[in-house]
Amino acid sequence: MIYFNKVTKKYNNNTSLEDISFTITPGEFVSIVGHSGAGKTTLTKLILAEESPTDGEVFFESVNIHKLGKKDLTNLRRKMGMVFQDFRLLPNKTAYENIAFAMEAIGRTDKEIREDVTNVLELVGLTDRSLHFPHQLSGGEKQRLAIARAIINQPDVIIADEPTGNLDPVNTNEIVNILKKINDLGTTVILTTHNRSVIDQVRKRVITLENGRITRDDKDGKYMI
Amino acid sequence: MFTTNLKRVIVSGFRSFVRSGFTSLAGVLVMTITLFVITSQIFVQAALNSALSDIKEKVDITVYFIPNVSEDDIKEIEFALKGLPEVKDVSYTSQEEALNEFKEKHANDFLTLQALEELGENPLGASLNVKAKDPSQYESISNYFEDNGVLSNSSLNIIDKIDYHDNKLIIDRLSSIISKAERLGILISFILILISIIITFNTIRLIIYMSKEEISVMKLVGAGSRYIRGPFIVSGVLVGIISAFVTTIIFIPVSIWLGDTMTDFVGVNMFEYFKSNFIQLFLIMIISGVIIGGISSIFAIARYLRK
Repeated sequence: MIYFNKVTKKYNNNTSLEDISFTITPGEFVSIVGHSGAGKTTLTKLILAEESPTDGEVFFESVNIHKLGKKDLTNLRRKMGMVFQDFRLLPNKTAYENIAFAMEAIGRTDKEIREDVTNVLELVGLTDRSLHFPHQLSGGEKQRLAIARAIINQPDVIIADEPTGNLDPVNTNEIVNILKKINDLGTTVILTTHNRSVIDQVRKRVITLENGRITRDDKDGKYMI
Repeated sequence: MFTTNLKRVIVSGFRSFVRSGFTSLAGVLVMTITLFVITSQIFVQAALNSALSDIKEKVDITVYFIPNVSEDDIKEIEFALKGLPEVKDVSYTSQEEALNEFKEKHANDFLTLQALEELGENPLGASLNVKAKDPSQYESISNYFEDNGVLSNSSLNIIDKIDYHDNKLIIDRLSSIISKAERLGILISFILILISIIITFNTIRLIIYMSKEEISVMKLVGAGSRYIRGPFIVSGVLVGIISAFVTTIIFIPVSIWLGDTMTDFVGVNMFEYFKSNFIQLFLIMIISGVIIGGISSIFAIARYLRK
């Protein structure tokens, strides 16, 4: 589903990723671990085509995503759901509108939006927060909202970049459980983290990055740095 | 599909305008200044035009005839003058009228009146006062008397003098000042309007710059360029419309005050001008506001939508 072929990414001669190759198959839950600066975020940016590789190719369902035009790229992003460490919610929209925006963007009807947003808010336990703005929500609530937004259009893959980085252990636990539930329902999940307890809780495939290179790729991984 | 999107874009534009609160207010203020400058320039041009036409009105040439010329001869010349394309108006002053005017003018000058009495007869000739459509045309009217054969020699003989040559210097200078003032006025208006449009554009650019992060999130969520751009344009247009209303409201007291205090000076009552041209002025403000706000938004957001 996602295939990295000898990808290298440099920022002004600083090598962030070097000669990265791996494959992710549909339905997998892949954790990418490594210290800060190991290249985890760069890797997710390459999948989202926010950045282009210096060398090598990234394929999504056999399409080289860095050769896509603007319109195809928009369509590609609709197949991916994103969750970030800093949430990246729309500050001027309420919780309800943040989720609704993702549906409006792909042209769903008002009726569909009303039903789905109500359901997903219930799923992540934010029904009573639907009219709150992001700055009125706690960190855990914001991240649950971000996840709700990421899954609302039933994407093929969820990419979560350090989703628990700003959260306390209780909220971390909750976010990981939600991600696992999403994966159980058949959606591929890519999770980057440097949190040992998260990895130990997930117990799925772990790719370890060190200084821009893959040092381990374990099927039933533990945190090994 | 298209109408749902349009509705969503407009609703979202309104919402973000209202929720941005202080930022929107800043946009409205700057836009109001721009519209104020544009409208002021229209007022200034109106005042300038009225002052200039006042001055133009005061320029004329007078053809003096020797005394005791028959009125028919003069009427013949008057008729010929009226036939000239440059001539706007010709007025006839008879010998008696000239004498009465002279007496009135010197009513307190006993010596002059006495000398006139001594003379026993009317020494003043009749005259024709000629107004041209444009100050630059006096020369050709004056030439008309001198070098063409339209007027017979006999009628040339009855002309005492034409005061054009006395006035030529003043008239020339005046026409050049008038045309320069007009050109300068337009140039200054143009520069002022340009500067204020640039300032407004930059303000809107800053407002959109603050939404940079938001735009990138929208892209990641899978929104197309047009769908992202729409609400920003709606907000920009809204800034223009609200500013047009604010500017109109500001101009009501301003024009009343100008009308009260400046009418004699500029020669036109600004409040009357504002009232009688209200619809035009309001439309100019609305259209300028909408165009400046909308186009600024389109340009400002373009750089964040490239991939």
